[in-house]
Amino acid sequence: MSDTPPSVVIEGLSKRFDGPDGKPFEAIGGISLSIRPGTLTAFVGPDGAGKTTLMRMMAGLLRPDGGRLQVLGIDLSVDPQEVQNRISYMPQRFGLYEDLSVQENLDLYADLHGVAADVRKERFARLLAMTDLARFTGRPAGKLSGGMKQKLGLACTLVRVPDLLLLDEPSVGVDPLSRRDLWEIIDQIIAAEGLSVIVSTAYMDEAEHCGHVFVLNQGKLLAEGSPAELRDRAKGLTHVVTPEPGVPARDLQARMIDAPDLVADAVPSGGQVRFICQPGCDTAALKSLLHGCDCQPRKEELEDAFMLLLHQNKGSEEGGAASPPPLASEAPVTEINGNGDGPVIAVRDLVRRFGDFTAVANTSFEVKRGEIFGLLGPNGAGKTTTFRMLCGLLPATSGELQVAGVNLRKARAAARARIGYVAQKFSLYSNLSVYENLDFFGGAYGLRGKARQDRVNEIIRQFDLDPDAQSGNLPLGYKQRLAMAAGLLHEPEILFLDEPTSGIDPLARRAFWRTITALSQAGVTVVVTTHFMEEAEYCDRIAIQDAGRLLALGTPREVRERSGITEGNMNEAFIAIVEQARAAGTNGREAA
Amino acid sequence: MSGAAFKIRLAALVRKEARQMLRDRANLLVGLLLPVVLILLFGYGLSFDVKNAPVALVMDSNSAAAREAVSGIGGSRYLVPVRVGSMAQAETLMRAGKVDAIVRVPIDFAEQQARGHAQIQLILNGIDSTTATTLEAYIGGALGTVALRRIDRGTGGADGAGGVSVVQRTWFNEAGISAWYLVPGLVALIMTLVGAFLTSLLIAREWERGTLEALFVTPVRPLELVLAKVAPYLVIGLIDLVMCIVAARILFEVPIRGSLLAILLSSMAYLIVSLLLGLFISGVTRNQFAASQMALLTSFMPAMMLSGFVFDLRNVPLAVKVVSQIVPATHFMGVIKSLFLAGTDWGMVLRGCAIMMGYSLVLLALTWRTVRKKLD
Repeated sequence: MSDTPPSVVIEGLSKRFDGPDGKPFEAIGGISLSIRPGTLTAFVGPDGAGKTTLMRMMAGLLRPDGGRLQVLGIDLSVDPQEVQNRISYMPQRFGLYEDLSVQENLDLYADLHGVAADVRKERFARLLAMTDLARFTGRPAGKLSGGMKQKLGLACTLVRVPDLLLLDEPSVGVDPLSRRDLWEIIDQIIAAEGLSVIVSTAYMDEAEHCGHVFVLNQGKLLAEGSPAELRDRAKGLTHVVTPEPGVPARDLQARMIDAPDLVADAVPSGGQVRFICQPGCDTAALKSLLHGCDCQPRKEELEDAFMLLLHQNKGSEEGGAASPPPLASEAPVTEINGNGDGPVIAVRDLVRRFGDFTAVANTSFEVKRGEIFGLLGPNGAGKTTTFRMLCGLLPATSGELQVAGVNLRKARAAARARIGYVAQKFSLYSNLSVYENLDFFGGAYGLRGKARQDRVNEIIRQFDLDPDAQSGNLPLGYKQRLAMAAGLLHEPEILFLDEPTSGIDPLARRAFWRTITALSQAGVTVVVTTHFMEEAEYCDRIAIQDAGRLLALGTPREVRERSGITEGNMNEAFIAIVEQARAAGTNGREAA
Repeated sequence: MSGAAFKIRLAALVRKEARQMLRDRANLLVGLLLPVVLILLFGYGLSFDVKNAPVALVMDSNSAAAREAVSGIGGSRYLVPVRVGSMAQAETLMRAGKVDAIVRVPIDFAEQQARGHAQIQLILNGIDSTTATTLEAYIGGALGTVALRRIDRGTGGADGAGGVSVVQRTWFNEAGISAWYLVPGLVALIMTLVGAFLTSLLIAREWERGTLEALFVTPVRPLELVLAKVAPYLVIGLIDLVMCIVAARILFEVPIRGSLLAILLSSMAYLIVSLLLGLFISGVTRNQFAASQMALLTSFMPAMMLSGFVFDLRNVPLAVKVVSQIVPATHFMGVIKSLFLAGTDWGMVLRGCAIMMGYSLVLLALTWRTVRKKLD
């Protein structure tokens, strides 16, 4: 095995793109590595690390600006077609032909790869069985669910046995159940055919699964090794601390994140805080930071090593992107003109139908003042529909809906003045400056003259924004901040955030949640949807939705207990709950 | 081996394109129904013929001679006389657009005629110059017919000056029916529309939906992608061509004097140019909306305005003439019109086809570059 030539050799590879502001930036800045054949190799890194650029270069789709790139012993600058004949590549967004059926998509790729008719029959049968798509061969690909589309994309990639398989974030944007299914298929194929596979991912549990891992960040290679070797970097630094009774874990976590000299990273988890010390940190200072809470060492994980690497890399940079978390010291929102301790949101028997399709069925829940409430579910679960009804963007078919003490079905405009909404897609004007955007939204919310100016300046300061920067050119994390600032201009009682953390890197996500924690401490009620299950841990209470139905409601701990998985993480609990409900649903239907 | 693999891949891609085309209702409507609408619109709706045009008659002299002189206007099926009492009234009608022309017979018409030189005043509404010119000819003709008849009867001037007659004649479109002139041009217009507009969506759609990325990393070659996209739309174009020929023959009774083979050959050559132009635009813009706008601006509009479809290119300024020569439709327009109305001039047809071939090769090379399996 050791004397077989490497499947990929990269020497001093670089690639530049033009940034949104017209300045070129290095997507890949001088990377050298080589990949052994016959292994499952992972490129791990946050969004914007350069994973996709690297994958595309290996597939011959992008021309490097410098360095050398050899795949399967072939120089890509000489004969990209020969490489493309021998590898299979699954892009991040596998472009299925949505107007062609499942079978027609498979046929097309089999024909293009020249798969012989006799091999084809047996191969298709196997792929369809593995992907569980055998029932849907006649269905247009556009009518499949998100997870099924991704599986079909994988099947199209696997119509023949390639010499090298490239998978670019195969599970991005896919719900946890489909993610697990996808990996089962990949594992089966590897076991049966001994493939060389290169996969890029932002999920640590997926990287943990691989034989060899390369950690990328901002176009640079930070580290490489087996998962065990990488884990060792965090050895002895990982702990878990239990907060005093009555204190939410996220408050303790916020305190720890604010002390970056002592703590490299901290996340709430199951009522406790898991954290990583800075190597060689002052133990006495750490003890006083923890207020003497019970602190236990825990086994290090790949995620810990990864976060440590990211922090170290960030520290070595000029610190441009590593701005302090905003709102750290001050409460951004003034007094809440609320009335009593009743729920700020009360939903009873909420139903929304689109034609004969029920997007949200009989949903009831309450959100208390100052709570952080999370809405979780796979794609198509009804999260966004529920969310839009809460914000008054979509009328309910039936049921009661009270937001900020106002009946949404009767007085939508009144309720809207008391809520802030941050859409998933950046919905501010890209060609206006930060100040102009905020000034416009201030006007839209009815702020006038000096009051508007003061408020805009105040919020720019709080969120650490550059008023003259053009909004469209901001990095994603800053765009998110700007969107949130715009949503908070009129000092709403409730802030609605739709998938606020999708597409931003883990450090920016920590900073983002730090802001949310601060808002919550100031008394703002926050309702948030997310597909990162671990982010449920920041919430006071969560609701899990699937196929329009509310499956579980309660604190993260309660939900975990209900799932029967007390030891595992939120991801596993989520999968268990959705599967139990789906099984019960099919049983019920069969009985009826 | 590689030839066989090429055929398998091309067949697979053509099958895919054909399926996508057939499943896209909106596109099919544009490809098959819009030509029908255009044929009907241009054939029936857009006509430069003047029929039943109202003409104000101001009879300052009510002599028998005067009445006889204008009697021809009443007898023409293109003109409707409107008798008015005074010039002022006629002018009012003209201003209101209720009449297109004024014919004024002077008070001393009989005396003038006796002297052998009679004048009748004709005032035309020049706002629509095409109609005005046509009317001038009609009214002149109507008045002239009467004069001729007088000469026939021997009541003309003693000197027999009426012996002079203007014989007007138009070749090829003897009747001056605009459908004859428009419908062959419509073939060019429809080939342009089906070609450039429909294909302008194809590559752009693949870029937008991200389908090319996976397709690129297969043994597929750029040329196969381009050829496969042209094939299904050739069939649509052929159907449209047949529809045009049938409509021309049956609905509008346009003569088809050239050979059908030559019409088919040159139309297909032009269709390929249009298809490739659309694909090229599509590949460059990578955006369906921009591509369809561009396709309309760079192919359909010039085919309409600059190709000689409506406006005679001999009368345009030099700059416009140069531009019009770059437009492929111009070269096809001449060929197809003469094939319909004049007959087959193989030299002209082959020259036209050669020009189309040249355009096709250039556009094929350019389009090829837009799908050269690179994302940057």
